[in-house]
Amino acid sequence: MSASLGAVGVGFRRRRGVPVTVVVCLVVLAAAFLAVVLGPVLYPEATKQDILSSLMPAGSPGHPLGTDELGRDILALTVAGAASALVGPVCVAVGSMLLGILLGTLAGYERGPLDFVISRWTDLLLALPVLLAAIVVSGVFGGGYWTTVALLVLLFSPSDIRIVRAGVLEQSARPYIEAAQMLSLSRWRVMFRHILPNVSSLVITNAMLNVAFALVAFSSLSFLGVGVPPGTADWGRQLTDSRSIMFDNPAAVIVPAVLIIAVACAVNLVGDWLGQRLTRSGGLA
Amino acid sequence: MTETLPTARAPRLRPIGRMLAVRVLGTLAILFVLSIVVFSMLHLAPGDLVKTLLGTRPASPEAVAAIREQYHLDDPLPVQYLRWLGGVLTGDFGQSIRLQTSVADAIGSRLGLTLALCGLAFVAAIGTGIPLGVQSAVRAGGVLDRIGTALGVIGLSAPTFAVGLLLLYVFAYYLPIFPVYGGGRGPLDTLYHLILPAITLAAGLGAIVLKLTRTAMLRELDADYVTSARARGIPEGRVRRLALRNAAIPIVTGASLLLTFLVGGTVLAETTYALPGLGTLLQDSVLFKDLAVVQALTLLVSLVIAVIALLADLAYLLLDPRVRAKGGTA
Repeated sequence: MSASLGAVGVGFRRRRGVPVTVVVCLVVLAAAFLAVVLGPVLYPEATKQDILSSLMPAGSPGHPLGTDELGRDILALTVAGAASALVGPVCVAVGSMLLGILLGTLAGYERGPLDFVISRWTDLLLALPVLLAAIVVSGVFGGGYWTTVALLVLLFSPSDIRIVRAGVLEQSARPYIEAAQMLSLSRWRVMFRHILPNVSSLVITNAMLNVAFALVAFSSLSFLGVGVPPGTADWGRQLTDSRSIMFDNPAAVIVPAVLIIAVACAVNLVGDWLGQRLTRSGGLA
Repeated sequence: MTETLPTARAPRLRPIGRMLAVRVLGTLAILFVLSIVVFSMLHLAPGDLVKTLLGTRPASPEAVAAIREQYHLDDPLPVQYLRWLGGVLTGDFGQSIRLQTSVADAIGSRLGLTLALCGLAFVAAIGTGIPLGVQSAVRAGGVLDRIGTALGVIGLSAPTFAVGLLLLYVFAYYLPIFPVYGGGRGPLDTLYHLILPAITLAAGLGAIVLKLTRTAMLRELDADYVTSARARGIPEGRVRRLALRNAAIPIVTGASLLLTFLVGGTVLAETTYALPGLGTLLQDSVLFKDLAVVQALTLLVSLVIAVIALLADLAYLLLDPRVRAKGGTA
């Protein structure tokens, strides 16, 4: 889904070293990673409700970002919510990458009826709007967090399958593959030891961009009340819950909203940068 | 799909007709598969089917028998499917258990608002995305390009509801010039209520348009015909129009991308601003498990997407004389 849009920085002068924006993005991602790892340790009781301290504005003693209607501390809720908001999308991107590598390589190397079936399958999935399909399926069939992850893996996989298939098709015609086939190496060995490393840069770039898209899709779903059960610490969920108290404690809405935007932007920019680096140095020309 | 078409023995202009026929048949096939999926949704949903259909009504034996009779649940599945499909084709989507009206009425009364919202957002996105994309490509690496790129990244990365909530806060608190909630009364008031949601939607849409335009224009401006046109002293404005016409093809092909974004974005924007449109109808129906409405909306959206993808392919024929020529003479 992202491939047809091209990289962000096309046409800019290439400079040596790591650009400042990318450094900033990496810092944002590192902070998010820390929140995911340390969140449960720092704030094990983030979702504990305390009616006595409900709706305190930001800057209150003991609650730097205030509390929401149920008396949950916004800072604790936000830090603890990072895990739910970020782990799912990363799993979606990795899962869809693995599925894409398996099906894309099979389709591109084996060709024939298998290729036909896999290609029509991706056509069908690509005709579906991801968010709508996720809302309907996840909403109607219920299912919790990991069901939603599995569903999104399925819905995100077509772009991976297509990219891997195209890369494998292009590589299969090259002499080194002919040489490997002449040595009568097994099909699996040719596919995954010889071809795969040469398409890996494309795959990794697309997986990075998928993390950003999955983050948006995931938080959208939990904002709509699908995928994450009520009461969970999660950025999207937090936005739905706090929408009505926006004017009593704006921090409850603004902090998670800005965090979602910042992390998604950071992932996108790092993904684009990585893509340019990888395609320039080795891998696919 | 098009390159595999047999063209050798076909007489003039036939291939275009054949290409169209293949595309239309493919679209119908996808819609057929989707209609089966949507139909089976009712039977695959967890929980007892009769209870789902009863909704909040008490499950007396008479009511259960009435439901079984009304939905022909004792017929074999293929018969049920055909009966349902027949109803759908004549505009009968059944009853909404949540709203206690026919699904067609529920959708009809909310369609206008959603169409207006999407239309406004679309116009705003095209109106800003294309000029900004062209200018960014013409002065690639310049200040405007950098600002455009930054806006594009934010627009693409930021979820619609997050943008919506931030705008809501700014405009309700610091700049109270737009209404921030509800759909308004009367056409003009509705339009006024739609401005902020439309801007929210247009942020994501415009970013996609901007990126598509910029990438396509960069490629075109590098082409030999542009150099040759410039060398012959054709004014820069006309050269750019020429390039933009060629760049239009990848932009139009990207329309499907816009549409996929718009479908999800509308649901999010309507929910954020509490607008009574199709998006909120879908969200409420999904959460309430009002399956008849969910089925109808899913089918409706699939149909719209399929038709627009078909139209985008047709526009591709109209925009690119080469495709027509190849089809006509090969």
